[in-house]
Amino acid sequence: MAGVWVYAETADGGPKPITLELLTKARALGEPTAIALGPGASKAAPALGEYGAKKVYAHQDPAFIELLASPAVDLLARLIEKEQPDLVLFGMTYEGRDVAARLSARLGTALIANATDVTKKDGGWAVVSPVFGGSLLVTTVPRAKPPTLVLIRPKAVTAGPAAGAGAPQVETLSDPVDSSKPAARVLRREKEKASGPRLEDAKVIVSGGRGLGAPENFKMLDELAAELDAAVGASRAVVDAGWKPYAFQIGQTGKTVKPSVYIALGISGAMQHTVGMKGARTIIAINKDPEAPIFKMADLGVVGDVHKIVPQLIQEVRSRKGK
Amino acid sequence: MNVFVCVKQIPDPNAPGKLDPQTKRLVREGVDLVLDPGDEHAVEAGLQLVEKDGGEVVIISMGPPRALEAIRRALAMGANRGILVSDPELENSDALSTARALAAAIKGQPFDLIICGTESTDGSSGAMPAQLAELLGLPLLSFAKKLEVSDGKATIDRQTDEGYDVVESPLPAVVTVTGGINEARYPALRGIMQAKNKDVKQLSLAEIKLEGQAGKAALTQEVVAVAPAEARKAGEVIEDKGEGAKRVADFLKELKVI
Ligand SMILES: Cc1cc2nc3c(=O)[nH]c(=O)nc-3n(C[C@H](O)[C@H](O)[C@H](O)COP(=O)(O)OP(=O)(O)OC[C@H]3O[C@@H](n4cnc5c(N)ncnc54)[C@H](O)[C@@H]3O)c2cc1C
Ligand SMILES: Nc1ncnc2c1ncn2[C@@H]1O[C@H](COP(=O)(O)O)[C@@H](O)[C@H]1O
Repeated sequence: MAGVWVYAETADGGPKPITLELLTKARALGEPTAIALGPGASKAAPALGEYGAKKVYAHQDPAFIELLASPAVDLLARLIEKEQPDLVLFGMTYEGRDVAARLSARLGTALIANATDVTKKDGGWAVVSPVFGGSLLVTTVPRAKPPTLVLIRPKAVTAGPAAGAGAPQVETLSDPVDSSKPAARVLRREKEKASGPRLEDAKVIVSGGRGLGAPENFKMLDELAAELDAAVGASRAVVDAGWKPYAFQIGQTGKTVKPSVYIALGISGAMQHTVGMKGARTIIAINKDPEAPIFKMADLGVVGDVHKIVPQLIQEVRSRKGK
Repeated sequence: MNVFVCVKQIPDPNAPGKLDPQTKRLVREGVDLVLDPGDEHAVEAGLQLVEKDGGEVVIISMGPPRALEAIRRALAMGANRGILVSDPELENSDALSTARALAAAIKGQPFDLIICGTESTDGSSGAMPAQLAELLGLPLLSFAKKLEVSDGKATIDRQTDEGYDVVESPLPAVVTVTGGINEARYPALRGIMQAKNKDVKQLSLAEIKLEGQAGKAALTQEVVAVAPAEARKAGEVIEDKGEGAKRVADFLKELKVI
């Protein structure tokens, strides 16, 4: 069976959602091994097993989170040389991207980015990635020696636990981390995120575009979001204008989200935006332009003025909730 | 302070992109080519450092001969000189080949910092800068929305999901910048005139001593199919005549959101 490895990002001793998505894909392709690095790595092992990891390599050294990419690349390169996996999956995240790209240069292997799917093909792999704002799908095959490194976009795979998963075999590593090389070191971490669910996890997202007209009008989105237990998102036009920080941006160069309900307010629906949200189960759009492309994909579209409709909607929701 | 800035020439992102169904490559004929807008921020970041501390900004690009225009644009913004790595063998290079070519061309030249965009607007793999850093054995400071250089160190605010991390590394280093880092300047007429006389060197694979190790000879991957993605279907569209909010609230109730 093909050896399929997953670069398992963890946080607070548990796997990040992207890691579970990668494992779900990995077990459809071969026998999954997870590599978890940094403090709490060993603690994440049972959860990794639940999603299909048969084996977990864990290394708890804090250097893996204090130094960007390099220690992880050193360790992965050593392990790969020894164990010769066929495929290594990474999340297309800040961390995954740096590690996978450096590793590909170290090993001289193929790195295929932006993937939404990987399948087996002719004894190798075929990788699907969207281009041009998701309007076209290209299929890429590796032409270099294994392993093939693939960066998979968050939310491209729906994570689910493996049926009949047993506890994984855990190998705790203690190779010394080489900290003599010049490296990028994290001095401190700053959190900017406000209250409410995270965009990535929210069941409902209320998202605003340039049609809101001014940054202060996002207040009504916050209010609506609070009523719906929703997260607030934004288009790039809004982020570029400085109305919202980058962490709110949804789309090709922002986040990919897959909520049950996505409510687009004053968003035109440019391809580069919709590639990040068209996985939503239901899309509701309010836009004053009947020709706005967002109406071509919305389940319910309302042609009208957000300044009028959104305050009314907040009232309607409140009254239905009996407030 | 000597800064290399890596820039790429791409089809105008405001024009819809096309792929040639036969070759499965981007169609470049009849499309305007521009300096990648993401890379303008990298040029700007380089210029700001040099304006403060002195030194020079060198623009480097790998691409066909006409990528010279993208380099000229960066020179018009104020960069000092340019290098174009260009060779028929490099056509259709993947990110790793590009990184090898740029690394070979940069190696041996004095520099403190290499600045790149986080990802190209057309390819958006975001892989090249990390590969370049690895090949040159340098630290990578990625996703910078703020960059400061002092005392032989570079410090950035690195974009994260929750906010940002403050990250530091010794020089020389590779930095990738996000669009939020600065407002890229528009070349002034004087800059455009001066750019015409600035030095741009064109280097072949033989000149960077990389024959047989980059481009066609070293492709790691191949695109084998291109297909249109499945589109979502439009649902009901109503015009708001005062009932719009009510209709949305009813729908949210149906969906069990309320
Ligand atoms: C390489 C690249 C990457 C990109 N990445 C992203 C990305 O990640 N995310 C992203 O979002 N975009 C991205 N973009 C930008 C994208 O192409 C669009 O420019 C952007 O999404 C537009 O944002 P918008 O819909 O808010 O603004 P606009 O396109 O200006 O649309 C505003 C809409 O609001 C409507 N409106 C105005 N007033 C009202 C009102 N009072 N009531 C109701 N409706 C009103 C208008 O009819 C219009 O449809 C990218 C572009 C490029 C080239
Ligand atoms: N052909 C190239 N020549 C010079 N720099 C490049 C080239 N391709 C990519 N880059 C740099 O690498 C960054 C990321 O590109 P990519 O890895 O293609 O997404 C770009 O923003 C550029 O700074």
